Amino acid sequence: MNAIVALSPYSSSAGKTNHERHTLSVLVDNEPGVLARVVGLFSGRGYNIESLTVAEVAHVERWSRITIVTTGSPAAIEQISHQLERIVPIHKVVDLTLEGRAIERELAMIKVRGKGENRVEALRLGEAFKAKVIDATLESFIFELTGAPQKIDDFVELMRPLGLVELTRTGVAAIARGPEAS
Amino acid sequence: MSKQMTGAEMVVTALKDQGVDTVFGYPGGAVLPIYDALFQQDFVQHVLVRHEQGAAHAAEGYARSTGKVGVLLVTSGPGATNAITGLTDALLDSIPLVCLTGQVPTHLIGSDAFQECDTVGITRHCTKHNYLVRSIEDLPRILHEAFYVARSGRPGPVVVDLPKDIQFALGTYSAQKNVQHKTYQPKLKGDMDKIRQAVEMMAAAKKPVFYTGGGVINAGPMASELLRELVKLTNFPVTSTLMGLGAYPASGENWLGMLGMHGTYEANHTMHDCDLMIAVGSRFDDRITGRLDAFSPGSKKIHIDIDPSSINKNVKVDLPIIGDCAHVLEDMVRLWRSEAKQVDQTALGEWWEQINEWRARNSLGFHNSKAVIKPQHAVQRLYELTKNRDTYITTEVGQHQMWAAQHYHFEEPNRWMTSGGLGTMGYGLPAAIGVQMAHPESLVIDIAGEASILMNIQEMSTAKQYRLPVKIFILNNEYMGMVRQWQELLHGGRYSNSYSEALPDFVKLAEAYGAHGIRCSDPADLDRAIQEMIDYPGAVIFDCVVAKEENCFPMIPSGKAHNEMILLDLSDDAGLEIGSIIDEKGKMLV
Repeated sequence: MNAIVALSPYSSSAGKTNHERHTLSVLVDNEPGVLARVVGLFSGRGYNIESLTVAEVAHVERWSRITIVTTGSPAAIEQISHQLERIVPIHKVVDLTLEGRAIERELAMIKVRGKGENRVEALRLGEAFKAKVIDATLESFIFELTGAPQKIDDFVELMRPLGLVELTRTGVAAIARGPEAS
Repeated sequence: MSKQMTGAEMVVTALKDQGVDTVFGYPGGAVLPIYDALFQQDFVQHVLVRHEQGAAHAAEGYARSTGKVGVLLVTSGPGATNAITGLTDALLDSIPLVCLTGQVPTHLIGSDAFQECDTVGITRHCTKHNYLVRSIEDLPRILHEAFYVARSGRPGPVVVDLPKDIQFALGTYSAQKNVQHKTYQPKLKGDMDKIRQAVEMMAAAKKPVFYTGGGVINAGPMASELLRELVKLTNFPVTSTLMGLGAYPASGENWLGMLGMHGTYEANHTMHDCDLMIAVGSRFDDRITGRLDAFSPGSKKIHIDIDPSSINKNVKVDLPIIGDCAHVLEDMVRLWRSEAKQVDQTALGEWWEQINEWRARNSLGFHNSKAVIKPQHAVQRLYELTKNRDTYITTEVGQHQMWAAQHYHFEEPNRWMTSGGLGTMGYGLPAAIGVQMAHPESLVIDIAGEASILMNIQEMSTAKQYRLPVKIFILNNEYMGMVRQWQELLHGGRYSNSYSEALPDFVKLAEAYGAHGIRCSDPADLDRAIQEMIDYPGAVIFDCVVAKEENCFPMIPSGKAHNEMILLDLSDDAGLEIGSIIDEKGKMLV
């Protein structure tokens, strides 16, 4: 064992081999600064953010849900959950990956430019992926695609040789399966 | 009962409703309405400090010695930024503070107005929580919520940023009792199944130890009583972190002394060899554990803490119990009694025999001298001459702090105020002022170093203004002693910038501040001089001239385990050899 045990995710000697990807669902009071508290916690303690989405989910109570995809060792991810729970306006932190069976969806808008055979092929692949065309010119399409992050990755890779211009993604929103609230 | 009043009046009324009798602060443009409201009442006393960092540490000293929330009031911009070190100190040591900061009026926020800074942005990382008050309607709730958040769960500092227009605005204030936060409600009671399991593990232990920390102090005097009771019931040995000193009395038979980097041989070996560790309100800080992968390798660990993020942060534990120390200890004592638990007397007897062998090593021993005052001796004499009085001790940070922790003995909680987590030089004098405000009749001593004391020496004026008879006992070795010690051990004795050059004459300095100055360099005169300090009815600066290159031992070198301590006679004549004890990886650590 290493004489100096790496505690901080900042440490270069922290073993990256046992890193896992976890999706955390965080219910917060939608008050000024709450997102800064969450993001500041991640940067201050050296945790990773792969994606982060936030929107109000209960208008009367003014609650927002922040969905964070993070990577780290199991111990680091346990720490992240507990550190998040310490933030005063955070109500609840659920590690959806530990709960299992969560559904993850992401929305992407993908701009593809091309003519002739490429244009036809892009449209055909878009149909195969159930992407919607939400804008078109004579030489471009914008596709809207919803799905698991991997599906979006796959579609983007297919569009690359066909004239991918740019894309924007929302990041992951996730929810636990079954009749219960997580 | 609702009343119309201005925001500034609400602030002062809320302080009164919260039972705050003392506020430490410094006025400025953005808090003038609050100062005006303070002027027109006499329930809340304002103590004018000389620097906002002093206000924060004074509020910490007040809080730590009373168990109440400490309050400071500072202006916008530099007032707020000067308080940052004190807020961070309170965050790391879990001290409940409410810090009221002035802010430019709301319509100027974001315009780089005069004395504007993003106070909630800057303090987000060094407070438990903070608020920017945006409307007068929110103000009463926020003020009371701030006190609730500061003292609940794991205590900490809370900032309330008050724009000047809000201070002038009229609104409705109603007295609020028992305000809680709508969602922040930490769990106080521990899980009974786990407590039952803990008691079973304790009854089965052969080599147990209690490892207690500042959480026991924060849980209130009852927690210390319950700890004492549990130790008595079980006859287990008990050690404590720097922050937890006084929870178990130093005169108690089961006391091993402090553990950690400068802890005793017996405390650290007991931790290393134990088979059951019961951590109570302590957080496995790096000063405590030493080399992590060799930290108490053979033990099962029970961890009682109110903060779930303390569990498994540095050290993986076998049985975590989330809850307030006092509640959990109460349940443990009750269970132990009702189930008439018995410890394994034979095993425990052998364990104590082993511990007593370690104790016999006398690891806090030092070579005393008749020619020069040894710093350890100075603290010992200070202890002997003050122990029968109603005494509170604060410290600065460095060697003197460790010698104070080793050689001054505490019988009760809340008597020892020191900057543990952040290690803030300049903490001790303002903290002593805060303690003395709360305990006007008590003897309050800041055990200091000649370098640390200069970091907040301006607070001598505060002591003078409020006639606070604080005693500053400087162990003057003309070095930033701990820096010098590390340079000796790790950097070939190259004392880069650690010599306290161009020191003031502390006796004259005392006189300049209207205090009494004493200098002593003769061991034979020490007792008389200390007595003179105690007897003087006002503030004293005592310049205790001590041995210059004394090292603070025992010591666990960086990157080493508890059973690899450096003890005095190993290192006595061969300071340089110590350099080779610390390997390259150890040098990387702080």
